Amino acid sequence: MYAQALNTVTEVSKDDPAKLAAFQARIDAEEKIEPNDWMPEGYRKTLVRQISQHAHSEIVGMLPEGNWITRAPSLKRKAALLAKVQDEGGHGLYLYSAAETLGVSREELVDALHSGRAKYSSIFNYPTPSWADMGMIGWLVDGAAIMNQIPLCRTSFGPYARAMIRICKEESFHQRQGYEIVMTLARGTPAQKKMAQDSLNRWWWPALMMFGPSDSASQHSDQNMKWKIKRFSNDALRQKFIDATVPQGHFLGLTFPDPDLKFNEATGHWEHGEIDWAEFNRVVKGEGPCNRERIKARIKAHDEGAWVREAALAHAEKRAARKAAARIAAE
Amino acid sequence: MTEKNMPLWEVFIRSRTGLSHRHAGSLHAPDAEMALQNARDVYTRRGEGLSIWVVPSSAITASDPTDKDVMFEPTASKIYRHPTFYEVPDEVGHM
Ligand SMILES: [Fe+2]
Ligand SMILES: [Fe+2]
Repeated sequence: MYAQALNTVTEVSKDDPAKLAAFQARIDAEEKIEPNDWMPEGYRKTLVRQISQHAHSEIVGMLPEGNWITRAPSLKRKAALLAKVQDEGGHGLYLYSAAETLGVSREELVDALHSGRAKYSSIFNYPTPSWADMGMIGWLVDGAAIMNQIPLCRTSFGPYARAMIRICKEESFHQRQGYEIVMTLARGTPAQKKMAQDSLNRWWWPALMMFGPSDSASQHSDQNMKWKIKRFSNDALRQKFIDATVPQGHFLGLTFPDPDLKFNEATGHWEHGEIDWAEFNRVVKGEGPCNRERIKARIKAHDEGAWVREAALAHAEKRAARKAAARIAAE
Repeated sequence: MTEKNMPLWEVFIRSRTGLSHRHAGSLHAPDAEMALQNARDVYTRRGEGLSIWVVPSSAITASDPTDKDVMFEPTASKIYRHPTFYEVPDEVGHM
């Protein structure tokens, strides 16, 4: 996903009104904005924040699933999970590159994540104690990500839209492999079925929170819609996700942990119960079950990989020096 | 951060024979060889390419978007550069 709408307010613009109007006209005409084009400061800031949060989410998102790679129940599942986690790393890289076109450096972005200044999707702060969670993440978390990411393929900033197109092509595999894991468990022994149900009970509400605060509570949506960074509201996307997902769960004989969940014949939509926004706010603010552990793991991986980056740079320098020496000798 | 910034590279991929290389994205790498390897891992995990070019981003000179009108305007009035500008009778057939 995981471009979750977090509580950040778009600044009031101090830009030249004529330039602003010309910019808005380009957006209204569905033109893509490219990195070297003039853009309002607020647009640039909003994009840096959103794209980098999205990138961080992809990177941190590798951790809950990485937890099960060595313990996958078969070689096939292990290969698939490894490929999925590798894709998520790739998604992070596409997105960091897109953010960098706006004039921020990779080092600044990574530093913002490690120091706790940057946010990432709340969903990755939940633990993955059972194998069923690997299925549930693919089915629900990647499923929610797809709902959010498909409209982002048409977002107004060119590099972001192009990164999203690439990402969307890869997400479908993620969701299908997840659903297949859940299906296998749901059709297995009573213990396996219970494992799947227990996992759905834990992930359903956090998955719904991935779409961000409800429309009535999110202040910055209007400007982002006007700039076509965002094209659907949080609640509209959440509803789409629920409508698509509930029948998929029922098909497997699973139930959703929401006593108020019911189909409205008149609207054709599934209605859901109240989301616990207090929990959402707690997790976003760093008080979720795994926030500290996730950042600690990221910093550890980054620090322990420092020697690889240093060695690669030293190797490149040595090779460049050798080439230069050979050239001088030949002259 | 004490590490030296890794240079940025633009990645171009030829997806099929007969097609030109197309910009796929960018990445950081210490040198061209490692940039190629990284591009393989980051941009061609599902057989998206037959050939990769990596170019240092700093080596690219781009036209200025604010000069767009001046730069491309002269072609707008030259309608005689297009085939539809010329009248050929229907009897002549497709040309
Ligand atoms: Fe992803
Ligand atoms: Fe994914």
